[in-house]
Amino acid sequence: MKLRIILTLATIALFGTALLVVGAPPAAGIVEGKITYTGTPPKMRVIDMSKEPGCQKHQMSITDPTRYQTVVTGPGDTLQWVVVYVSAGEKNPSTPSQKVVYDQKFCEYVPHVAVMQVNQPLEIINSDNWAHNIHPMPKINSEWNKSQPPGTPPIVAKWEKSEFIPVKCNIHPWMHGYFIVLTTSHYAVSGPDGKWEIKGLAPGKYTITAWQEDEGQQSQEVTVAGNETKTVNFVYKVLPY
Amino acid sequence: MKTKLALLALFLGAAGLMLTAGARPCFAQIDINIHTVTGPMESHIDGMTGTSQPGRAYYRRYCIGCHGPDGDGEGENAKWFDTTMGFAKPRDFTRAVFECRSTPTGTLPTDQDLFNAMTRGFVTTNMPQWRPLTPQKRADLVAFIKTFSTRWESQKAGTPINIPPETPANIDSILRGRELFQNLQCWKCHGPTGEGNGPAAATLTDDKGNSIRPYNFSIGTRFKCGVTNEDLYRIFMTGLDGSPMPSFADLIKPDQAWDLVHFLRTLQLQLVTPERTEWTAYVATHGKELKPIGQEGPGE
Repeated sequence: MKLRIILTLATIALFGTALLVVGAPPAAGIVEGKITYTGTPPKMRVIDMSKEPGCQKHQMSITDPTRYQTVVTGPGDTLQWVVVYVSAGEKNPSTPSQKVVYDQKFCEYVPHVAVMQVNQPLEIINSDNWAHNIHPMPKINSEWNKSQPPGTPPIVAKWEKSEFIPVKCNIHPWMHGYFIVLTTSHYAVSGPDGKWEIKGLAPGKYTITAWQEDEGQQSQEVTVAGNETKTVNFVYKVLPY
Repeated sequence: MKTKLALLALFLGAAGLMLTAGARPCFAQIDINIHTVTGPMESHIDGMTGTSQPGRAYYRRYCIGCHGPDGDGEGENAKWFDTTMGFAKPRDFTRAVFECRSTPTGTLPTDQDLFNAMTRGFVTTNMPQWRPLTPQKRADLVAFIKTFSTRWESQKAGTPINIPPETPANIDSILRGRELFQNLQCWKCHGPTGEGNGPAAATLTDDKGNSIRPYNFSIGTRFKCGVTNEDLYRIFMTGLDGSPMPSFADLIKPDQAWDLVHFLRTLQLQLVTPERTEWTAYVATHGKELKPIGQEGPGE
């Protein structure tokens, strides 16, 4: 008798657990959208790279000479390099497995804005034939400044706290980029068409925040139920300088 | 008559009250305005312990004018520091980022580093030497400036970099150092002849966006962080955090670092250094074989 009760209880417990595992809705929600602007964005000047002849030579050899990337616009009044991320409501953050690579190529940072998670390995490389110095300027994390002449090994780093860190090269003062260090694993960066997409969201309510280096942050709330795609668009009111 | 006297007394009393009321905040306010963010701090320098409580009073007396009541380098004198003339702004202690350290880039300096910096002052800036203050007072000040940043609570000072004994400063070492000066592209800022006039010199800025100049070796003044060959070694290996000067510690080995030190000494035209004597003799006989440093040099 006792054995039967124990067996029944065990079966129920087993099924319950199985149900929980199977029954948990998949994290398959998608939030996507587009970043657009109204108003007149500042015009990005062509960079004067005359102080680094190798970079200047390349710059002049391409159809659209390298410009500053503070505000990068695309067709249809869209904005590129806007970081969109889950700022509240994160339910299933994953630990990063891959390293983020940050390159210095023809006196530009590639990518201009690099997004990474707290403690995610960051590898900085120099593809140029001249020296750069990598100078991240955090206020919460520790600031450092390292030289990277051509042909030297990658600089490996990580950031312990969430922060938006400006990066510069003192030798080439036009070089300016960002390390965006987030606690969430759900983020995206808007492409040349202003579009972005965040995948793998568990059902629930989220705050989605967009960040543009010159125009600041704005947030919207969205509720994702199961396997659906929600659209969240952000519009920046931009002004020329 | 009585009323008149009473009125007069009242008037005087009121005037007296107003005077004291007016006078008192002058002192009180400065004290209250010193804004620190941590609990009491200590410093440990050569067997001496400094404490922040007396340090606070010395700070108010000697440092507040430039470094400011909040320790952010925005004291009332700071606005007169013309960075375009090469005068660096006062250090912002709230960021706890320091140029002269014995520790790797990205780490806090040791108490001794801060003590040394305060003692020697910063040549070419408005920061004087503080030797007139007793070592104990300087140690107390070191403890106090740590109360401006919580970084001193959450982090430990870095481990000072190891500096092995100096290698012989012979011509081979100098020549190897010269090659490093070319290949590491030191000349981009410091100039091919070390005069601080490289192609990137004019646009250099510190973390706060203020204009800053690279060291001009040819004038032969003291370095910002010391005067000896060891100090020079330490400067480029640790980098000067907060300034454009990066760390080279991951790039060169100790022997190479000494080579670079030996070459840098030959650039100090106003000084008689053993390296310079050696170099002058070499240039007299082999000068024509030397490739010029700079854009056209072997590194490009």
